[in-house]
Amino acid sequence: MLSRVAESIFWMARYIERAENTARFIDVNARLILDMPMNSALQWEPMIRVTGDTNLFRSQYDNANQENVINFLVFDRNYPNSIISCANKARENARTVREIISTEMWQCINEFYLFLMNPSAKKDAFANLNIFFSSIKNYSQLMSGITESTMVHNEGWHLSRMGRLLERADKTSRILDVKYFIILPEVDYIGTAIDTLQWTALLRSASALDMYRKQYNQLSPENITRFLFFDPYFPRSVKYCLRRCDISMHDITGTPMSSYSTLAERQLGMLQAEIEYADISEIMQSGLHEYIDNFQMKLNKVGDAISSSFFTMQNPEMSIERKRIR
Amino acid sequence: MKFTNYKTEGHYDEYFRADGEPRPSIEPFVHRINEFSRAEISRRKTAAESALLKEGITFSVYGKQQPEIDRIFPFDIIPRIINASDWDYIERGLEQRIYALNEFIDDIYNDRKIIKDKFIPEEIITSAKSYRPQCADFHPPHRIWCHITGTDIVRNSDGQFYVLEDNLRCPSGVSYVLENREILKRTFPVIFETMKVRFVVDYPNKLYETLCNLVPENVESPNIAVLTPGIYNSAYFEHSFLAREMGMQLVEGRDLVVVDGFVYMKMIYGLERVDVIYRRIDDDFIDPLSFRQDSALGIPGITEVYRRGRVALANSLGTGIADDKAIYAYVPDMIKYYMGEEAILPNVPTFLCSDNKQRLHVIENIKKLVVKSVNESGGYGMLIGPHSSKEQQDDFIEKIKANPRNYIAQPTLDLSCVPTIIDDHYEPRHVDLRPYVLYGEDIWVMPGGLTRVALPKDSLVVNSSQGGGSKDTWVLQTGDSDTTDTVNMRQSQRAREGFNA
Repeated sequence: MLSRVAESIFWMARYIERAENTARFIDVNARLILDMPMNSALQWEPMIRVTGDTNLFRSQYDNANQENVINFLVFDRNYPNSIISCANKARENARTVREIISTEMWQCINEFYLFLMNPSAKKDAFANLNIFFSSIKNYSQLMSGITESTMVHNEGWHLSRMGRLLERADKTSRILDVKYFIILPEVDYIGTAIDTLQWTALLRSASALDMYRKQYNQLSPENITRFLFFDPYFPRSVKYCLRRCDISMHDITGTPMSSYSTLAERQLGMLQAEIEYADISEIMQSGLHEYIDNFQMKLNKVGDAISSSFFTMQNPEMSIERKRIR
Repeated sequence: MKFTNYKTEGHYDEYFRADGEPRPSIEPFVHRINEFSRAEISRRKTAAESALLKEGITFSVYGKQQPEIDRIFPFDIIPRIINASDWDYIERGLEQRIYALNEFIDDIYNDRKIIKDKFIPEEIITSAKSYRPQCADFHPPHRIWCHITGTDIVRNSDGQFYVLEDNLRCPSGVSYVLENREILKRTFPVIFETMKVRFVVDYPNKLYETLCNLVPENVESPNIAVLTPGIYNSAYFEHSFLAREMGMQLVEGRDLVVVDGFVYMKMIYGLERVDVIYRRIDDDFIDPLSFRQDSALGIPGITEVYRRGRVALANSLGTGIADDKAIYAYVPDMIKYYMGEEAILPNVPTFLCSDNKQRLHVIENIKKLVVKSVNESGGYGMLIGPHSSKEQQDDFIEKIKANPRNYIAQPTLDLSCVPTIIDDHYEPRHVDLRPYVLYGEDIWVMPGGLTRVALPKDSLVVNSSQGGGSKDTWVLQTGDSDTTDTVNMRQSQRAREGFNA
């Protein structure tokens, strides 16, 4: 597979997943609006802070009310991580690999983009946030289902899985972090009904509530972290995402598992080891937010390593005619 | 929606004779379409357009506005229909023409017999901008240069077909032929079946075979790739479409590299050799070492690899010489010279401005003529005399005087019309036809082609950049011509004698 094509497939999948997760973030808040018993001043500010793009937001909007936050995170074409920008970039990438992906995959991405470009999309979004964000999630999940069942499971498929899962690992950790940003201003809430409501909304936005309940009866920060970060079987957990990403990466390189031949395998392996051998009570003691911050930094390094190992050929003369027959 | 009030408005109409009666081979189609209500036609039209949008057969207008909006190329669901005997004539004419053009290209880059035998003056060749000295003393595999050609053909008010121009560089549009057909089969499934239309669907297979024919000997599992300038090229959809249909790599210049005398693709595992490239980048941009140095799209050194026969290119470098509109004027002479035959498909009579006598004639009659720049295509760099202002005409006269070799002129043709849906009824609109010809082991003409239609009323410019749309082209398995071969032969005879003296 061409390096350029590999890169496009990776990012195509990654952007779709990013759009889905941004929808999930906003959904946490949208759900809280519905669940909140009183008409408390609902915070939209944390939505911006959790993205880490506060300055960009401030330069264009005067206050963080619902309308501005949603316009920024969903419809702002100048914000590179807005849902519409992600959909656009996913589609541009899909266009460059149109001959590699299946027709159904292309049509799905194209329809997703057209859905967001529809002149009435904004009106529909504000009319019913839940339905709107469900649609976005549905497009992304449709895309991953179509990819699963129409694309040959070769390097291209593995790359798209890597893109999707790396992004998901990052965003699941951020969803967990949303709670940190929401509760911080109001420490009094801890352990109250509102606290429970917030955790419930958070789990639900990660599609994790039902599965969580089957394993743990009670909502506790520790168990929720255990589930979203370290559960080996929940497909949105960080551990699950990294394990599958590792399998795909080794499948592409042909290196045996638990060893490495590229920088990307090494970086991912090291991060995975940290996750595999982590101790939950230690994490809770030293601070979950700090742990998540640190994790995200290392995950970025994995992303950089993937780029240098697979997408940029540093020295083409080195490796003539290593044609691989599968 | 009935054709009852349809008027041919004095043009040659592909559907109706001057007396308003449908032509015999079209009659069954007209009869069936008349049975549809206005609402039904409108519903099918909308369905066809939304299918094009959904499949992303669109182009974006980049850079002009935010957000950029995707548009479909205008597509009219009323097909252009060609009966078997008209098609047979076109097919024979094209086979002959492409054979002669290929002989010509091989000859002028090598022995130059046609110049020595004084059929074509030397200066018209060497003064052509698209002449490539880099191709001199070189034969491509099997001596085939133009593997893929799209020839523009029009029908004039007399019912005669003429070749308007040859496109031997990177002709585009074939993907629309195939996609239009898919859409129209869904739009009129029953009619389509009863009309017995020849199929175009195996074009990608034929193209694949054509490219396989170029694989150097001793290569066991060849790599063939389609080379595109990239996603922002207006024909990108087609490049991607053809790569997909043929199951080939779609590469950009930056994906390729020349190492140790071969061309390689940069793959995730390393480099992989590529043997044949269907290139959709013009000569000018393909190799900054041999052609334009400022090209960022090309592959430095590929020309040398090509000359050594270690990579094959389709089309070959240097074929643009045959697109030059002054050289076009000599195609009937080429046919005579290389084949000893008269041209089956006539040229449009052409005045060369480089010839003193002909130039004076052009300047005197500019308001009746179409003036074209010899190297431009896409409807650019031309003046349609009858539709132009005095100022525009004076402007062109200056240009002609400043650079006579760069201009030719032709009489304004009254292109034939096909009924086209305009709002809630049919109106005649002018069309041209671009059939596609492949030159592999044999010469093969795809039974169909791209019918482009000028959508503004009375417009003669069919190019998509200037308000043109397209139609599906149905070549029927049967049906006799209204315009017989005798007329064709007589016309072509007249065209030759009248203007090339």
